[in-house]
Amino acid sequence: MGYTGPLADKDRIFTNVYGFQSPYLAAAKQRGDWDDTKALFAIGQDAIIDQVKASGLRGRGGAGFPTGMKWSFMPKAPKPGKPNFLVINADESEPGSCKDREIIRHDPHKLIEGALIASFAMRARAAYIYIRGEFIRETEVLRKAVAEAYEAGLIGKNACGTGYDFDLFVHRGAGAYICGEETAMLESLEGKQGKPRLKPPFPAGAGLYGCPTTVNNVESIAVVPTILRRSPEWFAGIGNPKNEGTKLFQLSGHVNTPCVVEESMGISFRELIIRHGHGIRGGKNADDFSNLLAVIPGGSSVPLVPAEQILDAPMDFDGLKALGSGLGTAAVIVMDKSTDIVRAISRISYFYKHESCGQCTPCREGAGWMWRMMEKMRDGDAEVADIDKLLDVTKQVEGHTICALGDAAAWPIQGLIRHFRPELERRIAERAGRQLLEAAE
Amino acid sequence: MSGGGSFIDSAEQRARWEGFQWTAENARHSKEIIARYPEGRQVSAVIPLLDIAQRQVGADTNTQGWLPIPVMEFIARELDTSYIRVLEVATFYTMFNLEPVGRFHVQVCGTTPCMLSGSDDVLEACYKRGLKKGHTTKDGLFTLTEVECLGACANAPMVQVNDDNYEDLTEESMGAILDALAAGKSPKPGPQIDRQTSCPEGGPTTLKKMAERNYDYRSQWTPTAGPAREGAQ
Repeated sequence: MGYTGPLADKDRIFTNVYGFQSPYLAAAKQRGDWDDTKALFAIGQDAIIDQVKASGLRGRGGAGFPTGMKWSFMPKAPKPGKPNFLVINADESEPGSCKDREIIRHDPHKLIEGALIASFAMRARAAYIYIRGEFIRETEVLRKAVAEAYEAGLIGKNACGTGYDFDLFVHRGAGAYICGEETAMLESLEGKQGKPRLKPPFPAGAGLYGCPTTVNNVESIAVVPTILRRSPEWFAGIGNPKNEGTKLFQLSGHVNTPCVVEESMGISFRELIIRHGHGIRGGKNADDFSNLLAVIPGGSSVPLVPAEQILDAPMDFDGLKALGSGLGTAAVIVMDKSTDIVRAISRISYFYKHESCGQCTPCREGAGWMWRMMEKMRDGDAEVADIDKLLDVTKQVEGHTICALGDAAAWPIQGLIRHFRPELERRIAERAGRQLLEAAE
Repeated sequence: MSGGGSFIDSAEQRARWEGFQWTAENARHSKEIIARYPEGRQVSAVIPLLDIAQRQVGADTNTQGWLPIPVMEFIARELDTSYIRVLEVATFYTMFNLEPVGRFHVQVCGTTPCMLSGSDDVLEACYKRGLKKGHTTKDGLFTLTEVECLGACANAPMVQVNDDNYEDLTEESMGAILDALAAGKSPKPGPQIDRQTSCPEGGPTTLKKMAERNYDYRSQWTPTAGPAREGAQ
C-alpha cells in the first residue's frame, strides 16, 4: 500500500506547471532537467524499460496500459529500412482534459528529455510529437524548446554525447478529436484523414509508414526522466497497487477554483476538491459537499458518478473502475445541483456526433441518433419506453466499431440512465402532463 | 469552420487564386516542413502546408484565410500528390476554412466543461454584437463558430480568437474583448480574471516557492514519498 495522501512539493514532477518561471532551457536545467542525461543512458536500453515497468507507470492518455510493457513490444533489432519510431500523443482533446497543455507550454524540456530517453530505450530513430491544431501558442513554445535542445547538442546527432543519433519533430494537426486515437494519429501523420486503422497489425508491428511504432501520451513520456533519476521505487511508492505514481488532475466545472494540479494517484475525491478546488460551488465551506450532484471523473467519455458514491473514492484507475467509471485522463468535471444533467450529457453526445470520423456505421449513424434522442430527453419529448430504446442503441454502438469513439459516445449516456433514470422519467411525465393540460384548455 | 464537406467552386474564386505561389518566406518554410518527414513521405506535410497556405491567403485578404481550390491544387503539385488527396484532408479537419472568414475568427468552446462554466453567456455577448454562428459580420470583422473542446477546461469558459485563447470569461469580459478587437486594439490573451494560467484563483495551493523564484527541489529529495514536513513547503 503506497502513499495516497497529498503530495509534498518535493515529490512533484512538474514543478513549473503554472508557468511562474521560464519554460526554456536555462531555467529548466536549474530545476533539474537534463542533469547528466548521459548517466541515464548508462542504465542501458532494456534496463530502462525494466525500470519503467518496475515504477508501475500506466499510460496517462486514458487507457492506463502499462507503459514499460508497451515499450517492450518494440523490436530490439530494427530491420534495415524499417526504423522504429516513437510518436508522442499531444492531441489533447478529450473534454475536461487540459494537462498536456501545461507540460508543453511550461515544462517542455521534461517532455523532450523523456522523448530522448524513451526513444533510446526503444531503439527509435526519431520521434514525432503530434500536437493538436488549436495549441498554436503551445506549439511555439515547444518548437523553441526543441530548437534549444538541438542547439545545445542534447538531441540530434550524438545526443548528449552518447553516440546516439536522435531527431525530434513537432507536427501540429488541424482539428480532429479522433486523431488522439493512436492509429488515426498515424494516418494523420502520414498526411491522410484521421481514420483509425483496424488492429491487428498493432503499431508496434506496423505503425508509422509501416514501421514499428509506439504511441505514448505526453505525461507518460515526461515523467520518465524523473522516475529514472529518483528510482522506480520512489514512483511506485505513491498510490495504490497497480495504480502507482503522481498524476496531473484537472478540475473543471462547479468547483470554487478550477485548476490543474499534480497529486498522488489514489488521493480521495474529497481531499482533491477541498485542497485544490476550495470546495463545491454553493457550499457553505470547502468541505460542504451538499451541493454536489455528480462528477465525470476522467474526461467526457467515462460515465458520470453520483455525488454520494464518489466522495471517498480513490482517484485512480481501479478505484473509479469499481464505481462503473474510469480515471481516463484524470479530467474531473464537477457538476453541482444547478446543473441540467441531461443537457450536460447531451452536449457530450453532440461532441461525439461531431467528432465521429464516419468510418463505421454504428458510430456514424448511432452517435447522431443518440444525440437527437438525448435532445428530446432534455425536455421530456419522448416516451418512457424510449429510455430503454436509447440504452439499447448505446449497446449496439458499444464494442461494434473499429476504435473506442463508439464506446465513448455510448458510455456517458449509459451512466446517465444508470444513475438518473428517474430524472428522465420525471421530464417525460412533466411534459405529458403539461400537454394534457393544454389540450384540456 | 469546415467539416460539412461543402466547398466553394466558382469561376470568380478560381480566377482570383489561379496563380497562387508561396511568398519567399513560405517557400523556405515549406521546404523546411517537408524535410521533417522521410524521403518519399512528403505527403505527411499536407496539414502543415495547408495551414501556411491558409495563413498566406489570410494575409492577402486581411482575414483569417481560407482554402480556395486553386490553392489546394497548388499544394497537391508541391507534394507530388493528387488534388483529391489534399481536398479530402482539407474537408476532414475543422481548422481548414473552406469559405472565406472574417478578420477575427471567434471560436467559442461550447462543450460540457465550458457549458457548465458559462459558455452560454459568452455566446450571448457575441449575439449582442451582431455575431451569428456560422456567419461573418457585414463589416467582415467577425466570424463566429461554436467549436468543440479546445483543451483549456480548467480555464473555462474560453474562446480562441485567431491564434490566441481568452479564458475565464464572463459575458462582460467577452464583450470587452470583442469591443477592443473592433476598435483595433489587442486585448491581452489568457485568463481574464486575476489568475496565473491554470493555477487556482487566489494563489497556488502547491509549489508556492515557484511563484517567487525558480526553485530547485532536488535537495529535498528522499527515497520514498510521504507527507510534507511542516515548513518544508
